[in-house]
Parts: sequence; structure tokens; C-alpha cells
Amino acid sequence: MHTSGNKILIRNGRILDPGNGVDRVGDLMISDGKIVKLGGTIATECEITIDATGKLVAPGLIDLHVHFREPGDEEEETIASGSAAALAGGFTSVVCMPNTKPAIDEATRVEYIHRMGRQARKSFIYTMGAMTKNREGKELAEMGLMTAAGAVGFTDDGEGVQDTAVMLRALKYASMFDTLIAQHCQDNSLVGKGVMNSGYNSTVLGLPGMDPLGEELMLWRDVQLVKKSRTRYHAQHISTVGAVKIISEAKAEGLPVTCEVTPHHLLLTDNSCADYDTNFKVNPPVRTSKDIQALKQAIKDGLVDALATDHAPHLKSEKELEFLTAPFGIASLECALPLYVKALVEPGVIGWPELIGLLTYKPARVIRIHKGTIAEGDRADVVVIDPNKEYVIDVTKFVSKSHNCPYDGWLAKGKVEKTIIAGELRYNSDEPRS
Amino acid sequence: MTAGEKENPSGRTEKLIYETGMEVILNQQQIQGILQTMADRIASDLDQGTVVAVVGIRSRGEVLAERLANMLESRLGHALPCGTLDITLYRDDLNDPQGRMPPAFQGTEIPFDVSGKTILLVDDVLDTGRSVRAAMDALIDLGRPKAIRLAVLVDRGRHEYPIQADYTGHKLQIPEGKTIAVHLAETDNKDQVIVQ
Amino acid sequence: MARLHDETFRWWRKHLLGLRDLSRQEIETILDTAEGFEEFSTRSVKKAPALRGKVVVNMFFEDSTRTRNSFTLAANRLSADVIEFTKTSSSVSKGETLIDTARNLEAMGIDIVVIRHNAGGAPKLLSRNINACIVNAGDGFNEHPTQALLDTYTIRQVKGSLEGLKVGIVGDITHSRVARSNIWAMTKLGAEVTLIGPPTLMPAKVNELPVKVSYSLDSVIENLDVINMLRIQFERLGGNPFPSIREYSHFFGLTVERMRKARPDMLVMHPGPINRGLEIESEVADGPNSVILRQVANGLAVRMAVLFLVNQAAMEEQKYRV
Repeated sequence: MHTSGNKILIRNGRILDPGNGVDRVGDLMISDGKIVKLGGTIATECEITIDATGKLVAPGLIDLHVHFREPGDEEEETIASGSAAALAGGFTSVVCMPNTKPAIDEATRVEYIHRMGRQARKSFIYTMGAMTKNREGKELAEMGLMTAAGAVGFTDDGEGVQDTAVMLRALKYASMFDTLIAQHCQDNSLVGKGVMNSGYNSTVLGLPGMDPLGEELMLWRDVQLVKKSRTRYHAQHISTVGAVKIISEAKAEGLPVTCEVTPHHLLLTDNSCADYDTNFKVNPPVRTSKDIQALKQAIKDGLVDALATDHAPHLKSEKELEFLTAPFGIASLECALPLYVKALVEPGVIGWPELIGLLTYKPARVIRIHKGTIAEGDRADVVVIDPNKEYVIDVTKFVSKSHNCPYDGWLAKGKVEKTIIAGELRYNSDEPRS
Repeated sequence: MTAGEKENPSGRTEKLIYETGMEVILNQQQIQGILQTMADRIASDLDQGTVVAVVGIRSRGEVLAERLANMLESRLGHALPCGTLDITLYRDDLNDPQGRMPPAFQGTEIPFDVSGKTILLVDDVLDTGRSVRAAMDALIDLGRPKAIRLAVLVDRGRHEYPIQADYTGHKLQIPEGKTIAVHLAETDNKDQVIVQ
Repeated sequence: MARLHDETFRWWRKHLLGLRDLSRQEIETILDTAEGFEEFSTRSVKKAPALRGKVVVNMFFEDSTRTRNSFTLAANRLSADVIEFTKTSSSVSKGETLIDTARNLEAMGIDIVVIRHNAGGAPKLLSRNINACIVNAGDGFNEHPTQALLDTYTIRQVKGSLEGLKVGIVGDITHSRVARSNIWAMTKLGAEVTLIGPPTLMPAKVNELPVKVSYSLDSVIENLDVINMLRIQFERLGGNPFPSIREYSHFFGLTVERMRKARPDMLVMHPGPINRGLEIESEVADGPNSVILRQVANGLAVRMAVLFLVNQAAMEEQKYRV
């Protein structure tokens, strides 16, 4: 990716680099796309000086789970619009999901995603490949060639791999490349045509429910398979009490299992579906307050490896369909940080350093990329955050092409002010967007 | 100020309640007297062999109709069929955005065939004539009466439609902005006609 | 004769989306209003001008004969013009959406939309997007308010009141909008509702509803004042929730033999159309306890009341707009 020769000096911020155990006030200097100096007072003259007094200076955020819809549904989002939205949300690296049309199930399509990302010149674009051809859950996709092309993991996200034998085969085969297998855990035979969490609300609304067991059974099955294959396995967007328990047990056994949690599974319950507002229709569905409690406890206990948005943009016309037929998904990339703050920092579940850790070096570790830290010599992906700034989330101001966001009108605290990628100031909240 | 007494031009004594701006026009005895006189007139107007039924317009007309029917029964020596008409569905202001909200619809209860009968239509107040117009439409949808006669306790006399009563208990001219309320013991615990 | 009405209460809803959000007083207002329409069937002119000049659209996205006919006749009796609109599916995401369709109809100046749709919540979606009154004629497994109103009306007509009555609802509760609307209406009016059927036809967290649940018709039938037999809807059943029709009928069918255990005055109801010999035997459906045809007759009065009331509320709303 293109880098800048400009020198940037960020003065007097609270430098948070949890990957290196750093939490102190001082200056940070960037030159030639790299962090060159950190801490204390730096006297050097720079082209750009940012006063970060009272603000946080952290590694650029990393999101392991976004849908940018390209190729296939460019009217909903493109890699360019999605990565611009990422920048506005403080994300310097994002991982695209392969459920595009066509699916990212072979190497040239992986390369296509990378190329579109480079052309957009916004945030870094990574992608996962499909585990099976056309995400059909039947035949293995060319995981080896896709790994060589740079895919950071494999998933049929949007669907779980239903056939146990296929899943075992995928895990075993992937272990040859030491790559990551990620799963959208959902047993279709149990979840069927469900459109929301199964429970009192689905019964009263007369909508087909998705039993939490559907998620838990597949996760439990996969953990058993991982015992056999020892492949790195990542449970995507876990959402239930039972899923937390299974992850906890797998980790206790020392299995190479990681997991992620989304903002909506930390903030919303199935009560929010009561008005048939399709902005709350998401897969896995928003569950209950008990599930939220369990997920928060898991985060507090360090069982969760990453926070991920599952940014899933959809057209207004599609979200205007009936709850039964409208597509699943919430677009939240641009307001993700304050959502995590609301869910985790404000109620005291974790502090800012832990939150930044779950958004930087920890997700970087899951996909094994050398990012998410800001030590001297590291590539300068940096974000400046005003932790106390309050504002109202306004979806009409989103850079994303889609506005299917249930948080419109919420009061948010914690604002991304500057996003720097490879030493280049690419997002500045003070300036009108280009 | 306390309730006082006042002589009005017709010579009747009426009680004024100044606090509420409410004037009693007819009391219980006067109402009873008016209805008796009316029953006498109706009875004497009827030709031999005329089949009469009494129909009141909800809700005060219904009560008056029952009273008149009873009075007529003692004069004619036989019971008269009696029913109640709900004119809500026939009101001309039903779908008029400027119209006032009609009372709750309770339905018409006329347990006899109106065809061929002389219907004595009874209401408490004849004002613009719009209620009576609606009532006649409602009646005609039930069958084809031989004749319709109108009896009202009070005629306010604005008569926006060309409708006159055949039997009027009390004629009254009151200023715009005032309203007449008929209270009857059966529905309001007390017989009186007031202007407020 | 003159019933005493609470003059301070006013019906204010321009939509009838379901019964779950209605108060007891609102439900009773509909039923009382319906009573006023009962005499229409015996009149020489079975029509009144209450909705003269109004346009009612029957938007049916699912097959229906009796509900549609009942609404059409109800609208006609109130002198409204009726447009019939039928479409079998709206699930095409990139074709014309439900909202597009409704907005197009609205552009023609419609006043009331009667909608039946396979998706729960579709009427609510419409109510948020167009100005016309919306009347739910059945949405997915959510609600079928006019059916429950006519059921309740029929029970009230025969038994006088629902207070303290024991009502059994038998069949596929999971996929039944009739059951849901019945639960809300009947419990609000003071009845005790027992849902009866196999566990595979009970929805999630059924125990959190204000009802009792039984898997054995035989053990509860003797206590019931009313039994409402739901139609087994084969098109909705997923998988195979019971092994065979024969086995279902054996445990949950309303047979002549089972009727012997019931109270002699137990009302037998069915929302129709009947699967004779499946959920109910012909002798029972046509027998002395059955009020199935009376339900159909009452449906007309109830739907007239609903159309009348929502239109009145819309008129009131217009007064306060601007």
C-alpha cells in the first residue's frame, strides 16, 4: 500500500498499546509510514501536528468481520465505500467475508478483493475465502491456492457447514496450511427458516424462531472435530450463554479455538423485534438479556478474542420488506467504537486498554497479521479517539452506502477523530469528507 | 350569587342557576303535561283502523317514545309496537371532517315490520332537521311505512332542512352558541329541559 | 333497550392490527358495536350509507374465500366501494414490494386496506408507511383479530359473558394466528384458556403465555365450556410434527365418543374450513353443540363494526390534523 513521506507528530495523547503493555501520556511521531518515536516530549518539527491532549492514541482498529458486498451487490456497498466507512469508524484493517456473488472461493477472486482495496486507498482490506465451493457446504474450495493469494482464513459465513464429514475434511485439509477455519455456527435442521431468536417474543409475534441450540450444537460439534484436527478454529459472532460455555471449556482444554462478539449481541435483545423493525433482523439473531450478561462476563474473563461488527449493509428497499422476507444484517462499522464503549466501558465491564486490545492486537493474532501495535518501527496505523466526546448517531451521515442501522438517534460517547494508515492521515473528523 | 327565580315573558316561573349559565326551560311537571297533551292530540288525530307504531331516535327520543307509547296505549285501549332507531350510520356529517364525533353506534332495535304502518317518529329536540332527515332514511331502509309523523318535545327552530314537526311540545328561540339539553329520569335521573 | 355506555370512552384506533395491544374496553366496544349491526341481515335494505364514497381494498396475498367474502360483504353493506387485489407472493425482494404495492393503491385514493399476508407483521409494516386505515385479515402466525372477535362474540352471544369460562383451543398452536388472537381476546375478557395439542405443535415458551397447556384432550375436555378446534393446515406444518393423521385424530380429534365426556352445553367452534373426520367428526361439526355456522354469520357483523370504527377514528384523526 502507498505510504507517505510526511512526518506526523501527535502531541500529548494517552498512548494505548495494549499489545505492548503501553498506557502512558506522551508524544508519538510518524515518519515514512512508520512509528519512529514514542513517549515523552518530541521536539522535531513535523508537517502535521495533532494535539491529542485528553485523547487516546491507539493502534488502528481491526475488524475481523465485514461484508462489503463486492462483487455482486455493489448497490449495497463496495469495497471503496465500505473501507471509507471503516476509516470513519477508526478501522485501519478489515476482513471481508466471502459470501459475495460470486463467492470468494478461488484465488483470482481473493486477488480481486485485494486489488479493489488497493485502488480504494482507504483502510487495509483482507479477505477470508469460502471453505467450500460456492459456499454450498459440499466440496472443499481451493484453500491452498487462496492462502497463497493472501486469504487470512476460510468460512462459509452466512451459513454453517452442515455436513459433519465435510467440516472434518475442511479442518484437516486446512491444517496443512496452518490457516484459520472460521464458522458461522448454525444447525439449519434446527434453525430452519427462523428469522429471530426463538422464545416468548417470536411466539407472540408469530415469527419463526431460531433456537439458540442451533448455534450451540454446531459449535460443540466443531470443537469435537478440532480436538481431532488441531486446526485453528474461530467461532464467529457467538451469541448465546451456551456458546460461551462451550468456548470456555474448549479454551480450558487448550484447543486452538478463538471467538468474536458483535456490538448488537452486547446491546440488543429480541424485545427490539417487537415492532417488526427489520433493522433488528440479524443472523445470529439478537437474543436475551441473559445471553448479553454471559457475553459480557466472557469478555471480562478474557475468553473473547475479538470484537467484530459483522457490518452487513442492505438496501433500504430490501429492509423495507416484511420481517419474514427482509435480509439479515446490521450496518454498524462507523458507529462501532462508541457502541462497544456503551456496552463494555460505560458499565465497567472492561476499561479502555482492554477494549483497545480486543480491537487491535488480539484480532490481529487470530488471523496472524503483524498489526495492531504501535511500537517504534511498527507500521503507522494509528487512531486518535476522543473518549469523552458525546454525539448522536445519525445514519444519514454514514459514508457507507447503506443505512440499515438500528442505532440511529442513539447518544454515543467516544469519537474517532483521526485515522492514520501507513503514516498517512486518511480520516479527519474535523474536515469535510472527500 | 345563589340560585334565583325569574319571571320570563311566557309567564312561567323558571329557575336560573347563574354559576353555570344554565337555565331550566321545562321542569318535570311541564314535560309530563306536554306529553299528555301531545298524546291526546295524537290519539284524536288517528283514524279508525290506522296501524300505529312508535319509534324513538336514540337516545332521549327512545325514552320519550316509550312514554308516549304508554300514554297512547291507555287512550287507544291497546298496546302499540315501539322501537328505537339508531341514526348514526345515516348522519350527513359522518364522514365530514368538520362534523362532530357522533355518539357510539348501538344499532337499531325495531322488532316489527314498519311496512304499511303509520310511524310516529319521536325525538327530544328538533333543531336543524338533519337528524330527522337521517331518521327517515334509516326507517325507509327497513321497509315502506304508510306514513311518518314527527313528534318532538322541543322545537329550537333553526330548520336548515325543510322539515317541520307534526306535534311540537314547546317552541323556543335561543341565541346561537347556546345548546338545549333534555334530561329524562330514565337516563339522567331527572326530567328537565335546560339551555346552556 | 338502552344500554348504558361509557360516554367518556372513545374508539381511537384507525388500524386494527391485532388484539394483543387492545384493552378489554376496546374489545368490548367492537363487540357492542357489532351487536348493533346484527339486525342488518333481517332488513329489507341490507345496507347503510356509513362508508358511502369510501374505498376499501381487499389485499389478499394468501388464499381465502370466507374471510375475503365476509369483508367484501361487510364493506358493501356499509356502502363502500371494494377493490379486490390478489397476489400470491410478495417474497421477490427485487420486484415490487408490499409497500410499493400499497403506495400505488393509495395513490388511487383508498381509505381502508384489508390485508391478509403470509408474513407476520405485514399489516404493521403497511400502517407505518401509508395513511389509509389498515385492518389485519390474518398475518402469518401472528394474529387474525376479526376471527377471534367473531369467536368471542359468538361465545358472548350464547353464554352471556366470557368471565370465568374455560375455553380449550385444540391443534397446531405454533402456526396458528387464530389461536394467538383468541388467547389475547379471551383472556382479556376473563376466560381461562387451555391450549391442547402435541408438544410438537406448541410454540417456544408457550408457558409464558397467559394460558394453561395440556397434551391430553381426554383429561381436560370434561371441564371445558367452549372448545375451539383449529384446522390442521398441512401447508404450514414443517417436517412431520405428528406421525399420521390417524394418530392425530385418535388423540386430538373431536369425535362423537369424546363428546360424551364433555359437558352437555359445551360449545363447539371451528374457524373453518373444516377437515371433516380429521380434527372434527361430521356428526359433531353439524351437531347441536356446534356454533360453526353462527360464527360465520357473526363474522359479518364483527367486520362491519371494525370497518365502521376504524373509519370513524380516521375521520377524527383528520379533524385534528393541521
